[in-house]
Amino acid sequence: MRRLFYILPLLLFFIVGAAFYYGFQRDPREIPSVLIDKPVPEFALPPLPGRDKGLASADLKGDVQLVNVFASWCIPCKAEHPIITRLAREAGVPVRAINHKDKPADALAWLKTNGDPYASIGADADGRVSIDWGVYGVPETFLIDRQGRIRYKHVGPLTPDVVQDRILPLVKELRKG
Amino acid sequence: MIPELGHYALVLALFVAIVQSTLPMVGAATRNDAWMAVARPCAYAQMALVLLAYAALTWAHAVSDFSVQNVVSNSHSLKPMLYKISGVWGNHEGSMILWVVMLSVFGAAVALFGRNLPPTLKARVLSVQGLIGVGFLLFVLVTSNPFIRVIPPPLDGRDLNPLLQDPGLAFHPPFLYAGYVGFSMAFSFAVAALIEGRVDPAWARWVRPWTLAAWSALTMGIAMGSWWAYYELGWGGWWYWDPVENASLMPWLAGTALLHSAVVVEKRDALKTWTILLAIITFSLSLMGTFLVRSGILTSVHAFAVDPARGVFILVLLVIATGGSLLLYSVRAPNLKAGGLFAPVSREGTLVLNNLLLSTATATVFIGTLYPLFLDVLNLGKVSVGPPFFNATFVPLAIPMVAAMVVGPMMAWKRGDLPGALTRLWFAALAALASAAVALWVTGGPWLALVGVALGVWALVGSLVELAERVRLFRIPLRDTWVRTANLPRSAWGMTIAHASMGIAILGMTGTSAWQAEVIKAMRPGETAEVAGYAVTFDGVRQSEIDNFRSDMGAFTVRRNGAVIASLSPERRFYPVTRMTTTEAAIHTTWVSDVYVALGDPNEAGAWTVRLYHHPLVPWIWIGGVGMMLGGLVSLSDRRFRVGAPERRAARAGAVQPAE
Repeated sequence: MRRLFYILPLLLFFIVGAAFYYGFQRDPREIPSVLIDKPVPEFALPPLPGRDKGLASADLKGDVQLVNVFASWCIPCKAEHPIITRLAREAGVPVRAINHKDKPADALAWLKTNGDPYASIGADADGRVSIDWGVYGVPETFLIDRQGRIRYKHVGPLTPDVVQDRILPLVKELRKG
Repeated sequence: MIPELGHYALVLALFVAIVQSTLPMVGAATRNDAWMAVARPCAYAQMALVLLAYAALTWAHAVSDFSVQNVVSNSHSLKPMLYKISGVWGNHEGSMILWVVMLSVFGAAVALFGRNLPPTLKARVLSVQGLIGVGFLLFVLVTSNPFIRVIPPPLDGRDLNPLLQDPGLAFHPPFLYAGYVGFSMAFSFAVAALIEGRVDPAWARWVRPWTLAAWSALTMGIAMGSWWAYYELGWGGWWYWDPVENASLMPWLAGTALLHSAVVVEKRDALKTWTILLAIITFSLSLMGTFLVRSGILTSVHAFAVDPARGVFILVLLVIATGGSLLLYSVRAPNLKAGGLFAPVSREGTLVLNNLLLSTATATVFIGTLYPLFLDVLNLGKVSVGPPFFNATFVPLAIPMVAAMVVGPMMAWKRGDLPGALTRLWFAALAALASAAVALWVTGGPWLALVGVALGVWALVGSLVELAERVRLFRIPLRDTWVRTANLPRSAWGMTIAHASMGIAILGMTGTSAWQAEVIKAMRPGETAEVAGYAVTFDGVRQSEIDNFRSDMGAFTVRRNGAVIASLSPERRFYPVTRMTTTEAAIHTTWVSDVYVALGDPNEAGAWTVRLYHHPLVPWIWIGGVGMMLGGLVSLSDRRFRVGAPERRAARAGAVQPAE
């Protein structure tokens, strides 16, 4: 009985170790989307004030493109912004955006300081459309195929690895097909 | 050429570590003196080689050698020299090298200062230390080699994450790592003792100073990290219960427990197996901290270098180190001889209580930090555990801990006199109640804050009362008190300083958590905002280009009752290379409270978002933190830790040591 007491720490450690091991098999940011392989929800968002193009479901057909959900108050959005910019300008993947629960003035100022790589931006001031998209938090990025179906979803800021290993290969494949 | 030298030195260090981890261990088992003696030169060689590798990497960063991948990814030719040097450890690969540097320095320190350790114990300690070195050198060479070249080299680098380009954070990792790695000493001693099958007061006397040094460094590291978060993140908070912060808090809590239980082993030859277990746990938590931050297994606001492949490697190291040592513990610990007995109400008893509370607190933080992971693994959904959980669980544990912290030192060993101790603390109790009453009268504040104030004062005054009791202030003639004060051992001073500083830190935490005032406003130049009786006028913004960033520097004038008391220049920096913006808050401190201004984004109407805070008592958090570290250092300088090594002094002086 007394022995058991000394073995206890080892047993506890193995439970923790097993949890760590299985933790690797999953991505804490990966939240399954029920919308994967489904067409994007029907929506139409107005542009930010002073701009002419908003974002609607019809815009998302025809070419493989990304939809990035961002907000000026979101710090990780700022972190992923250079990656999005590079994707749009250098990799030639059109990126459209949903501006999530933001004040239009803040969003415009944010784009002014950080640069605007987006082909068009829909202003989702009350976050209704984001709910239809199943957005948990900003930033999130969706990859849409030519038929306007959601093929991939990334929760949290994009990293160079995600772009290299997941998004770019998928874009290539979808463009072929 | 120089990066190749560094790489070569690392590979050599790995081979030396392999020798260090095997030969002396076998030598100790077979009583082969020659094999045991290999440990010492190995430890020195390992340190020299790892330092060489580190110097090579520093050189590559200092001269901006953009043919090295690590420099390209983390540096920029325009970056100030300070951040070129600190950038060496500001990235994953470099920080791992720093880790190994610390490890080898600690190993060499045992080799150097450990001449009078029993030879088998010393050989085994160095061997275990070498084994940890093998693991980490392999990790660096296989998954995180900083010396990889890029061909062709780019013209300029991608710059260091601007959040890290800050003096507070520049020196935060070295302290943190000195703490983490310092606990490896306690671990190596624990494992060696389990192999030896013997733990005695001499063992504890050896473990304590290393633990104390590591603990002091970790305390400083955590304080610096929290200070950095306070002024750099621009939200005015100082602790977020973020997984990365918790990763450093857990070894600190366990290390604090270890520090105290080692006292019992040393003085009373009791709590031996528990102390060994704590040593293993403390270092394992340090390893886990390293692992959590790098693996991306938990989401965090500041997990910078995330790569699951590395995470698996560290996990394997963790399983070998922790699993192996706990296995050894389960086999050998039951056979260790139990030591002295004591009554529940005694100095030992309070130290056991301290250990129970600290371990429970560690477990609480552990569960809170890893709960999301466990739920995820069991497919129960994704959650995040936030500050409310930690405040609800950690605070109730901290309250009795601090309350007992003052009573413990007043108790005698073996059997204490609780009513007597409490009677002698009447002044501290009075001061605590009085300050809580004053706080209630001034602020009317929440009752938890009043408890916080009372506890802080209790710890602060109680520690001083304990000191006064020790020197019998006002009980014997002042001259005799003076003699007693002068003769007080440094470890007693260290304890008083550390405990009193804890009280100061608690007051700071309480003050800012309960009574901070916050104003967020869009201000145009010329406008004035009011926060906690201070009138803050926004005078304008000046733009300039400095080194590797563009700066918007705001000018603010702080007035109180019409008189100008400070001008503040908070800054917003834009780093074009990484396209990141950082805020540099401007703080006017009176040492009792801070007026804190952070400059936000401008809008097109010409107004800037400005965050104004008044943080009462907040500087005391860091004054307390520095004080705790000083307490540790003072205690470390105690003569008792050095008289353990009389042979060395005798050898150096070339004469027989006179009796002391």
